[in-house]
Amino acid sequence: MCVENFEVSLNEVFSRFKGRREELIPVLQAAQAAFGYLPVEVMKEIAGFISVPESQVYGVATFYAQFYFSRRGKHTVKVCLGTACHVKGGGRLMEAFERELGVECGCVIPDYQFGLERVNCVGACAIAPVVMVGEDVYGHMESNRVKEVLDKYEKGS
Amino acid sequence: MRKVLEPLRQEAIQRWQALQNSDKPVILVGAATCGRASGALDVMAAIEDKLREQGRDAIVRQVGCIGKCHSEVLVDIIKPGRPRITYGHITPELAKQLVEDYLVNDNPRTDLAVCAASGEETDIPCADELPDSKHQIRVVMCNCGHIDPGSIDDYLAQDGYMGLAKALEMTPQEIIEVLKQSGLRGRGGAGFPAGRKWESCLKAKSDQKYVICNADEGDPGAFMDRSVLEGDPYSVIEGMAIAGYAIGASKGYVYVRAEYPLAIRQLRLAIQQAKEKNLLGKNILGSGFDFELEIFQGAGAFVCGESTALVLSIEGRRGMPKPLPRPRTTEEGLWGKPTLLNNVKTFACVAQIIHRGAEWFKSIGTEKCPGTAVFALTGKVNKSGLIEVPMGIQLKKIIYEIGGGVAGGREFKAVQTGGPSGGCLPADLLDLPVDFDSLTAAGSMMGSGGMVVMDDSTCMVDVARYFLEFTLEESCGQCTPCRVGTEQMLKILHDICEGKGREEDIDLLVEMGKAIIDGSICGLGQSAPNPVLSTIRYFRDEYEAHIREKRCPALVCKKLIYYRIDPDKCQACGRCLKACPVQAITGAKKTPHVIDLSKCTKCGVCFEICPDRFSAVERKTGQAEELN
Repeated sequence: MCVENFEVSLNEVFSRFKGRREELIPVLQAAQAAFGYLPVEVMKEIAGFISVPESQVYGVATFYAQFYFSRRGKHTVKVCLGTACHVKGGGRLMEAFERELGVECGCVIPDYQFGLERVNCVGACAIAPVVMVGEDVYGHMESNRVKEVLDKYEKGS
Repeated sequence: MRKVLEPLRQEAIQRWQALQNSDKPVILVGAATCGRASGALDVMAAIEDKLREQGRDAIVRQVGCIGKCHSEVLVDIIKPGRPRITYGHITPELAKQLVEDYLVNDNPRTDLAVCAASGEETDIPCADELPDSKHQIRVVMCNCGHIDPGSIDDYLAQDGYMGLAKALEMTPQEIIEVLKQSGLRGRGGAGFPAGRKWESCLKAKSDQKYVICNADEGDPGAFMDRSVLEGDPYSVIEGMAIAGYAIGASKGYVYVRAEYPLAIRQLRLAIQQAKEKNLLGKNILGSGFDFELEIFQGAGAFVCGESTALVLSIEGRRGMPKPLPRPRTTEEGLWGKPTLLNNVKTFACVAQIIHRGAEWFKSIGTEKCPGTAVFALTGKVNKSGLIEVPMGIQLKKIIYEIGGGVAGGREFKAVQTGGPSGGCLPADLLDLPVDFDSLTAAGSMMGSGGMVVMDDSTCMVDVARYFLEFTLEESCGQCTPCRVGTEQMLKILHDICEGKGREEDIDLLVEMGKAIIDGSICGLGQSAPNPVLSTIRYFRDEYEAHIREKRCPALVCKKLIYYRIDPDKCQACGRCLKACPVQAITGAKKTPHVIDLSKCTKCGVCFEICPDRFSAVERKTGQAEELN
């Protein structure tokens, strides 16, 4: 991470807040939006800004599922495993993505092109099973369309 | 205060009527998250392109969720002098055709229509007479899919803010009396009487109090709150302002999941507009009452649906529920101040109750549970969607009449309500009336409103395992029964699903489940065993089949199933052979293919890819060795 940009971005994030204790979660959210995840250096700076021990920042950040602590893929594949998707074969879809990408759920592939995650419901239950790649939603997904969907992103960008 | 509101209202009504009586066609596109997932924004762009291309003028508007998610993308067209026609399954190409056929050539394309607002179009069923509309009553969702969620004028024209204006002329105690008389119960799941909660907050003495709207909708398979916020955020804001006035709070928070970006955007816009019209902020409608509203984005923790955890989360801490005995949140909540916490749908009911009166609300639903229930009806049902029904309606009416029955003509097995805190109800309980008390007595619960239909291809042991996996993951970990107990139960369920279950496991699960319910400190742990206990109660035979016969009757549990190609049906087309990721299938042209079970990973790709007209790949359960 480039130190100069790091400070500029973080100062920009901090400029939107007052540094109050109750701002911890919104600050973490804003920092993650700026950096894509929460590097340790960023969390240390946040601890200073909010005036709480680093352990508390880490404790809060790890409590909530929204926060990431390592670099994410360029495209994040989210396989929905909400109840409707589960009963319609979401689990088999997840396995198909794991097979195709060669990583387990929760991991990023070595070239950082794709990350694979599960999500507990995107609320598009009527078109279950659902998979999201970035902001794009694929409904009525089938295992044998997995490669076709991934190819779109590999070639496209 | 109603006098102050009147000019705003009249102006809004005039605009609304101008729109209804416009000499231009009005096109409404359902563009809530569910519509967008199906391509609503592309459809909208296609409509606008086509209009431009044809040199036609029309008013194109985005509306929220109409509820018929099974037919997304939904487009409504109101041609001057013609009834409103709803079209379903619209793609960008169909949308262009529709513009050309109906707007240009006056062919209403009855083949694409779902329903019409009145029976004038003889070939199109009337909206009110559709089986899925007949049983529905819209209270919470009365404006969803009807108004533009980005226009406060639209809301004002539907009697919006009449409730707040009336409330500001009443005393707080009078408002609470109306609420108590109405019998409104909290829509978050537990069904606690709202009036009593408000009253205890009013009675608490403090210089500052808070109102919080719980929109941390975390149940998998539930999206009611999101749809309300996306389709009609004003009703929630108005309800919260009334609550603020009634309990004496000048500040409110809407706690929304960060995973709901569209809902957050609509809410932010609605708050802004309400401020501009002095319906939020300082001295609302000249009454002297101040009320500010802020959005807090939840960072993804299911347990934060619990009141004390949610409050801690707003304070910037880990959301770990506080153990009893402790003061109620209504006495000591956010920053130690009295705090009123209600669900999105509860607040959405309040304004109408004040405006239309307690008697009106009581006339809907049952005596003990007045009003309506909103459900996200999903799973193996023909017509998935967002529905609103009077409390007390029978389950079978929801599933068979509104939902159109089980999809694919398969057999109904169970309906799951209440998400990870609820349970699965079997076919012989389909006569059960849907309300807080009946569902709880049957071992499930109302919950926030997820309703998932399951057919004979759903394994109940696997479903129980699925929910328990979820609660284990979401347990905050501070109390042992929940943290350790759910994990041990899950291990037993894994064993059963893998054919390693022991005869005594079922009783052990029941015993552990009861201990977790008794020993956990918050609602998450106290309800976590429900999916397991209810499936054992109603589907014990399935557990027994897994344990005694090592069979999964629904053909779901991987370790207990295998795939086989029927040599009589196989046409040797080679599709499965090419698709198999582990080269477990052998065969050649004109030679029926065979699966080598020692290589097969049971991924099911061959099963999915085999053309329906052959259906040669079979999923089987039991001992495969017999066949090879």
